[in-house]
Parts: sequence; structure tokens; C-alpha cells
Amino acid sequence: MKKELINLIDISKSFDGELVLDELNLNIHENEFLTLLGPSGCGKTTTLRIMGGFVTPDKGRVIFDGQDITSLPPNKRQLNTVFQKYALFTHMDIAENIAFGLKIKNKPKSYIDDKIKYALKLVNLEGYEKRMPDSLSGGQQQRIAIARAIVNEPKVLLLDEPLGALDLKLRQDMQYELIRLKNELGITFIYVTHDQEEALTMSDTIVVMNQGYIQQIGTPETIYNEPENAFVADFIGDSNIIDAVMLEDKLVSILGTRFACVDTGFGCNKPVDVVIRPEDVELTSPEEGSLQGVVSHLIFKGVHYEMEVMAGGFEWLVHSTQMFPVGTQVGIRVNPFNIQIMNKPESEDEEATGIEE
Amino acid sequence: MKNNKITGRLLSAPYLLWETVFILIPLGMVFYFGLTDRTGAFTLENVLAMMSAEHAKALWLSIGLSLASTLICFLLAYPLSMILAHMNVNQHSFIVLIFILPMWMNFLLRTLAWQTLLEKNGVINHILEFLHMPSLNIINTPAAIILGMVYNFLPFMVLPVYNSLVKIDPNVVNAARDLGANELQTFIKITFPLTLPGVISGITMVFVPALTTFVISKLLGGSKILLIGNVIEEEFTQAGNWHLGSGLSIVLMIFIIFNMVISAIFDKNGEGNML
Repeated sequence: MKKELINLIDISKSFDGELVLDELNLNIHENEFLTLLGPSGCGKTTTLRIMGGFVTPDKGRVIFDGQDITSLPPNKRQLNTVFQKYALFTHMDIAENIAFGLKIKNKPKSYIDDKIKYALKLVNLEGYEKRMPDSLSGGQQQRIAIARAIVNEPKVLLLDEPLGALDLKLRQDMQYELIRLKNELGITFIYVTHDQEEALTMSDTIVVMNQGYIQQIGTPETIYNEPENAFVADFIGDSNIIDAVMLEDKLVSILGTRFACVDTGFGCNKPVDVVIRPEDVELTSPEEGSLQGVVSHLIFKGVHYEMEVMAGGFEWLVHSTQMFPVGTQVGIRVNPFNIQIMNKPESEDEEATGIEE
Repeated sequence: MKNNKITGRLLSAPYLLWETVFILIPLGMVFYFGLTDRTGAFTLENVLAMMSAEHAKALWLSIGLSLASTLICFLLAYPLSMILAHMNVNQHSFIVLIFILPMWMNFLLRTLAWQTLLEKNGVINHILEFLHMPSLNIINTPAAIILGMVYNFLPFMVLPVYNSLVKIDPNVVNAARDLGANELQTFIKITFPLTLPGVISGITMVFVPALTTFVISKLLGGSKILLIGNVIEEEFTQAGNWHLGSGLSIVLMIFIIFNMVISAIFDKNGEGNML
């Protein structure tokens, strides 16, 4: 395992009496692309700002490379931030923006000039030295904000929803750009977003957060295929979350119908939540399916058709390249491997706190 | 389409009428009187009269006192604006209210009030006497005029500076800190340059009325201290020499236009237009 670079230990923070983070613990490794993912108000930005030094936690410690930096001001920290909406210095040209951090550190002029050249090349904006920030497009300003941060050779780059203000096509291009940058620089990226697709595309590790608690930490594949609770399943992609009963190992009763699955160790006759991704629901002729239903909605989405199928008293969301018109009698079949079983939360509170390890 | 144009013109008619009667015609008259003598013949004498010793002295004194009060306004307004900008909405609307409140009162009345306060037997000296402290003798001095100017024109400095301060994205300041700048460096390199348009607007809005005032100097400076505004006023009201008064006004106008141009160059975003 790679070396741990940042440890957040028992971090708590409230704003105006409202708890935003509650005893959060998180370890971040060297050269990792880690994404804090969650809905607005989940505490992801606060976590990032605590690392950047813009917010002081009420409780807990921030360890950076073995040193306690909890009370260090932002200008003394070896990490740099790319802010939402870029936060460029509009009264300076691009070269001055990029040189800002280096000039503060009194680096020699030739060094600064080389660095500006290098950084502009890295973000594909060579020759933009004399332009003013306002004359650049959103995507270009974002690249300059990144260039301005990385010339300082931080060990960690913090990115606070940097693509939020860009349009869809540009956002997708920038995602590849960021992956390339991270690999070229070989530093740790900590990325905050509410966009699950962004998180899945770029991250080595995703931290799903909700209401100040970490819900699940894992690779994009784990988070998507094996969500630990209903919140994660619901937040990451579309899903069918259904009440079910685990009859015995590898056999689950969904809406009164027996389905074979691959999970074990939940006990006998235990109520559980079952997650089935819409693309994993196979529609067949009624005789071939384990469950019978009627198509109630149909939308063409480009890549696939999105259908809703009323079956067993539940509205199933189905993605399929095959089209079934509204009103068609269909059968539903699910590959045992695609049925994800989750423990039911004992209470509403536990749903937010996630599963204790 | 055509109808819209006609309606638009009709709607702007009252404004155009107002502009013509109260701005263009008086301005034309100032230029006519300023550039003619009593016989109606063209002359530059009235304009060049500014260079005479007594007029030049009044002009320089006006410029000096205006610059001093502009500087004091700036030194008071900038920290005040910073405090206001960092306050939450409830606190700050209260401060803004007590700040704006005197502005609802008549300008003349406020200045008269200062006269009463500063007089030899005025309120302030009574209080000082009661406290066994030395009395304050600034009425009828340049200091009293500067005080009157600062008091009357301070809000015109605070508002544009405050506007330009609150417009700064907090993340821009955070970015400077993030890149290694301490608080002082951040202020010098980021915050202050970004508020420069507001500062320039504020300077114009304090300097121009201070330069042309004759009420403040008359009420707080006694009859001994003549500012250029007083000289021009006297030419019109006492000497009855409209030609000389207009000629001097033209010179003053050139100063003001010069100042406005500088302000317009810096204040592209219109921080000063809020007033």
C-alpha cells in the first residue's frame, strides 16, 4: 500500500449550531485521485476547506505528511487549491496570475519564467501569457487556475467542484485532461463534486458522504457494483432499491418471488434491501421471466431505452437497447451476480451514519 | 416598429425638455457670459482672470483643502468599508442606517449645526469648559472647513469603496492566501488593487463637490477665508459681474472634467454609479 499523506482524525465542525461534520476519519494516500462525493450540504466542501486551511475544525486533527497542521494558516500549507469559479486575479494578466505564488516565495525571475512556460504547456494554453483572465473562456480560465496552483509544486492539489460552471462537452474533455495532469504530475488530487459520473470517471478512490458522515469508501467499481447501503446505491447512478427477505444463503425473496443470488452470511429470513441496476434487469417474454409485469412508461435516451415496468407491485426501472412498447406484457429476469444485497438500516439515523465497521 | 420609435421619443420628451432648460441653456449662458465682456464682444479676459493673484490664491486654497479632506475621507472610509464588508447583514444594515440617517437632513442645516457646535460659545466649548479642558478654537479656520467637507462628503467615499469591496469573490482572497501570501501581502497585491476603481470614484465624488463648495466655507470659514466657490458666488450675487463669474466657472469646469475623465478611465465597472 502507498504511503499515507493526509490523515483526518475525528474531525467535527458545526456552523451556527448545525453539525456539518461529525467525527470524520479519512486517510489519503500519496499519488491518489480521491473524490469526495455527495449531495450539497453533505460536508464535502467543508472537509476540503479544512484541509486547505480556510476552515478550522471544532474538534479533531489534520495530519499532513506526519505533521499536525490543524492550526496552520493556508499560506503555510504545502497544498494548493483550485477554487469553484476559478477565482483568478482579474487585475493581473495570465503570466502574473501564474507567477503569483512564486513571486511571494521570492523565486528568481528566470525560474519563474520557465515555470510559467511549463505550466501553460501542461494545460495546453501556450502563448497566453499576456492575455487578461476576463478575455478567456470558462474552460481556459479553469486551466489557468490549475496552472497557477501546480507551479508551486504542491504535494496535494485540492479541487473544489472545478468543472461545475462548464458545459457538458467541456466538462467531459476536462475530466480526461485532469486524469492526464494527475498522471504527469504524480501528485495527490482531492476532488470535490456532487456529480457521480465525474467521480466514477476520474477517481482511484471515491468517498461517498451524506449529512456529515462517510457512507462508503471504495474504488469506483466497488461503489457502483457493491453499494453498502441504500443511500450510496441511490446516489450513484439509477437503481431499483427493493424490500426483500434473505431466505437463506444465495436465495432471496424479492416481492414474493424467489431469486438466486451470490451473497451469503445474512442469516435466514432476514429482511434486507436489494439493489438491482436498471441495465441489469433483463426483459423477456412473460413465460421466460421470474416475475411478470406490464411496461408502463417508455423514453428513448439515445444510448438505450428507459422503461418502467409494473411488476409485483413495484415500478422497476429498466435500461435496455431493446424496445418494448407501453402496455406490453413482459417477464423480468435478473442474473444472480447482479443482485446486490444490503443490510436494512435499523433506523433513519443509521442510514445517515452509514455502516459501522 | 415605427410606432415604438415615436412612443420612445414622446416618452423621453420630458427628460429632454428638462435637460435643455436646466442644463444646456444655463451651460450655454455660462460660456456666453464667460467669453464676452459687458459690450458683448468676445474676450478671454474673464477666463484668464483666474491667474490674478487673489483668484489664484483662492483656487490653490480650494485645491489644497479639497485634497486634504479627500485624503481624510479616504483614510476614514477604507477601514470603515472593510469593517462593513465583513459584517453580517443585520449588523451592517444598522451601521449603514446610522451612517445614511444624517444625509436625509438638509445639507445647509447640517452645516449650520456644525457652526453652532464649533462656535466660541458653542456646545462643544461648553462641554470642554465643564470638563475643565482647553477650549477648541477652530471655527473660521481652514480646519473647520475641512471638518465640514469630510463630514458632508464622507458617505460619497464609503459607498463606492464598500461596493467594490463586497464585489470581490471571497475565494479570490482565499486563493492568494492559498498561494502563500500572508494577510498584508494579500491586501496589498489583491484586495486594494481590486478596489481601486471604487477608490477613484470615491475620490472624484469627494474632491469635485469639495472643490466647488461655497456654503461650507461661508458657514464654517467666516468671511475671511475665500475659496474659489466663494469668489465666483460673490461675483454673481454681490459684484454683479456675471462675465467674470462665468469666466472663472469655466476654468473650474475644466478641472472637474479632467477629474471625471480620470475617474471614468479607472472605473469601468461603474462602482460610483450607485449614487
